Amino acid sequence: MGSTACFIIVSRNDIPIYEAELGSALKKEESAHQHQFILHAALDVVQDLAWTTSALFLKAVDRFNDLVVSVYVTAGHTRLMLLHDSRNDDGIRSFFQEVHELYIKILLNPLYLPGSRITSSHFNTKVRALARKYL
Amino acid sequence: MIGVGKIKQYSNVLDKPLSKGKQEVSLSAFAFLFSELVQYNQTQVDNIAELERRLEDAGYAVGARVLELLCHRDKGNRRETRLLGILSFVHSTVWKVLFGKVADSLEKGTEHEDEYMISEKELLVNRFISTPKDMGTFNCGAFVAGIVRGVLDSAGFPAVVTAHFVPMEGHQRPRTTILIKFAEEVLRREARVG
Repeated sequence: MGSTACFIIVSRNDIPIYEAELGSALKKEESAHQHQFILHAALDVVQDLAWTTSALFLKAVDRFNDLVVSVYVTAGHTRLMLLHDSRNDDGIRSFFQEVHELYIKILLNPLYLPGSRITSSHFNTKVRALARKYL
Repeated sequence: MIGVGKIKQYSNVLDKPLSKGKQEVSLSAFAFLFSELVQYNQTQVDNIAELERRLEDAGYAVGARVLELLCHRDKGNRRETRLLGILSFVHSTVWKVLFGKVADSLEKGTEHEDEYMISEKELLVNRFISTPKDMGTFNCGAFVAGIVRGVLDSAGFPAVVTAHFVPMEGHQRPRTTILIKFAEEVLRREARVG
């Protein structure tokens, strides 16, 4: 029995630019779609919440059964959203901070169009390594 | 050899740590690069408005990145949610990092609620540029206006930003003003939150 975790990065224009299933549980086809649906539904809540605080880490913003959605909003309003079933707040915060740094490095590439999909396989590898480390 | 350290070779840019920002670039190198940018765009367009728009777009890309980088590096991971907050961020932090000094002044427009002005005696990018008379009111400060628009837009404060020359009494060269006109939704949100 592992933990389920689905991570997406949504740009300022509400377009997902990166998605990854990070859980160590067995992959089930239907639940992957459900995860994405839950995360997209949480976007509305994040929108309102983002303007009420100047912090980056918004902790848990939405719940679905026993799954919790945690969100981290960057200065450019790019949302890092994680759907998980654990309660490891500190680990999740560290995970978000490290992914934020990776995202900034990707963004600094002048040939990267902000808001477009992140296709770098190295980025993918690093995110999964961070997930194994912190989640 | 004694005392020679081994420089760590990074295979991918994602592995390198983010720089601390203490690096400096020579002014002449930047002036050459900027003049080439303007000249290249001049060959691609037919009129001045298009040239200004291209310089603005170039600045927009810089602004979007500068916002994320500075918030992470200098601001201790806090976002700006208020209008005055983001304006003073642009006026001091962004200007300090890009041009080495804070902007000369930040004023609120008297005629309209949604207008603000950042003034500078002489923009760094304009220092080695002289525009011929037949180009009228063209201002290479459009690049800086683009940077400001990139920062504001990415932070969630859409605005129209333009650069203007404002003649000053007692001075030969006019002063440059960056005029920021915020969109309706920004003012509505400010009124709602504030």
